[in-house]
Amino acid sequence: MDWQALWLTARLAAIVSAILLVVSLPLAHWIVFSRKRWTFLVEAVVSLPLVLPPTVLGFYLLMAMGTRSPLGRLWSDWTGHPLAFTFEGLVVASLFYSLPFAVQPVATAFSQIDPSLREASATLGASPLRTFLRVVLPMSFEGVVAGGVLSFAHTVGEFGVVLMVGGNIPGVTRTVSISVYDHVQALQYREATLTALFMLGFSFLVLLGVYGLRRRPLAAAPLA
Amino acid sequence: MTLAVHLAKRLPTGFALDVSFLAESGVTILFGASGSGKTTILRCVAGLAQPDAGRIAIGDRTLFNGQSGVSVPVPERRIGYVFQQLALFPHLTVADNIGYGLAGLTRAERRARVAEAADSFRIANLLDRRPRQISGGEQQRTALARALVTNPDALLLDEPLSALDYAIQLHIMDDLRRWNRERRIPILYVTHSHREAFALGERLIALEQGRILASGSPHEVLDHPSQAPLAELAGFENVFDATVSARRERAGTMHCVLTGSSTELEVPLGVTTEGGGIRVAIRAGDILVADREPVGLSARNVLPGEVVDYAMHGSTVVATIDAGSRFVVHLTPGGADTLGLRIGARMWLVIKTYSCRVARDS
Repeated sequence: MDWQALWLTARLAAIVSAILLVVSLPLAHWIVFSRKRWTFLVEAVVSLPLVLPPTVLGFYLLMAMGTRSPLGRLWSDWTGHPLAFTFEGLVVASLFYSLPFAVQPVATAFSQIDPSLREASATLGASPLRTFLRVVLPMSFEGVVAGGVLSFAHTVGEFGVVLMVGGNIPGVTRTVSISVYDHVQALQYREATLTALFMLGFSFLVLLGVYGLRRRPLAAAPLA
Repeated sequence: MTLAVHLAKRLPTGFALDVSFLAESGVTILFGASGSGKTTILRCVAGLAQPDAGRIAIGDRTLFNGQSGVSVPVPERRIGYVFQQLALFPHLTVADNIGYGLAGLTRAERRARVAEAADSFRIANLLDRRPRQISGGEQQRTALARALVTNPDALLLDEPLSALDYAIQLHIMDDLRRWNRERRIPILYVTHSHREAFALGERLIALEQGRILASGSPHEVLDHPSQAPLAELAGFENVFDATVSARRERAGTMHCVLTGSSTELEVPLGVTTEGGGIRVAIRAGDILVADREPVGLSARNVLPGEVVDYAMHGSTVVATIDAGSRFVVHLTPGGADTLGLRIGARMWLVIKTYSCRVARDS
């Protein structure tokens, strides 16, 4: 078993899901509660990674990270090395790739809160922030946990984007899914079987946890 | 303290609200059918909806002014609101629900205020429970305590008691009145039930399609309705157009013939002359039913008729009897049994003159 790839994948997924958890709360809040007419546009953009082939997403990310793009140049001027084919680059790519899996369960949970509860909170003198912290967030606990778990699991399972943006550098960008692919290419079926079995067990346990947590059938429905 | 409400609002559905009234300390009933604009008024006062124009003020504090563009944000209005569905926070205990609006106090102060409010509304023994673990009446008391513990300048109640037993309603309103005896804040109470309107309000404002039809004490407005929509709202299930056929000045009555039939009724004397049109309103519960022709009665109106329909509504039998015109009558199930009520049965309706209200007297 490729312990180095496992450890790298775990680190990547933990960092990505932690950042996404923080990002998805205000984003989902805005999508669900804003009365702006173009929230649907943001929703569509957030959900794009669901339908785009990972290689296409990876291709655009790779272009954006290249030194010929303003963003890529900014990064390399700041850090002294390009973003592509680094662990940081993998983190950035995974943030985009897993964003809908964090936002969607949280947004679903938010939208199921009776609007009169938020109104009652306001009439009792609570600011929008206090309403969010005391009413919206505690009542969406299951959705927030589901968002965190699903974005973690989804980051663990990504392949196409990693291959495009990160390549296959042991200890830097070689994740578990790449490692399985590699073993098969090298005809090391014993290694591949072990890692694949491990991933199968892990994924199943994660889903058991998510669905076991859902007391109401639609409370934190993952996408698709 | 006086709540001054002058507002106009047009909803996307085409519904237009245009009302102007003052609510003094004590309970003011906003009375009307669903869709008459009662809840929209409350939402505008609380700041949950924006009027298109007008002015809302509590005492000398302006909450909304369409001209100067002032609109105080909801959290700063200090207006208590009890929602129709109560909107208790399901994840918080009764104590935390009540104390929700008391941010900024020390824990000890908050606990003392919560205990005092819980005491006033008789829920001190439930403070550790969650909303779903207590009864409907107790949830209602919790919602009231939660809204009042912050000492709001006015209280808005949106049909909060309609789901409860009558006895519990009265009990809760007594507690609310006692609580308000020292505070003297205006309380707007929205309802479409005339029973609640009679029982709870000191003053009543009747609404119809976004406009004020009448205002005054519940008895002034609802017992002597001047307009047909109000008569129907006020629980007069029977409203008939009629023509005055004879005036009996000495007896203090007049005879009238119901339009579209030859049925004649003797009703209290009004100002309409013979041949003039009036509208007569009769409560379904004020009509007696007999299974044979009654004799030796003081009631002036005894009408033969035939049962055309009947059905149970809760514990009331609602029957329609055709006596030239169709009358809706309310009976107890026992009364209906004794009569042998069935479709096609011949019955006599007995209506006292003073049970007939002349709703429009030209």
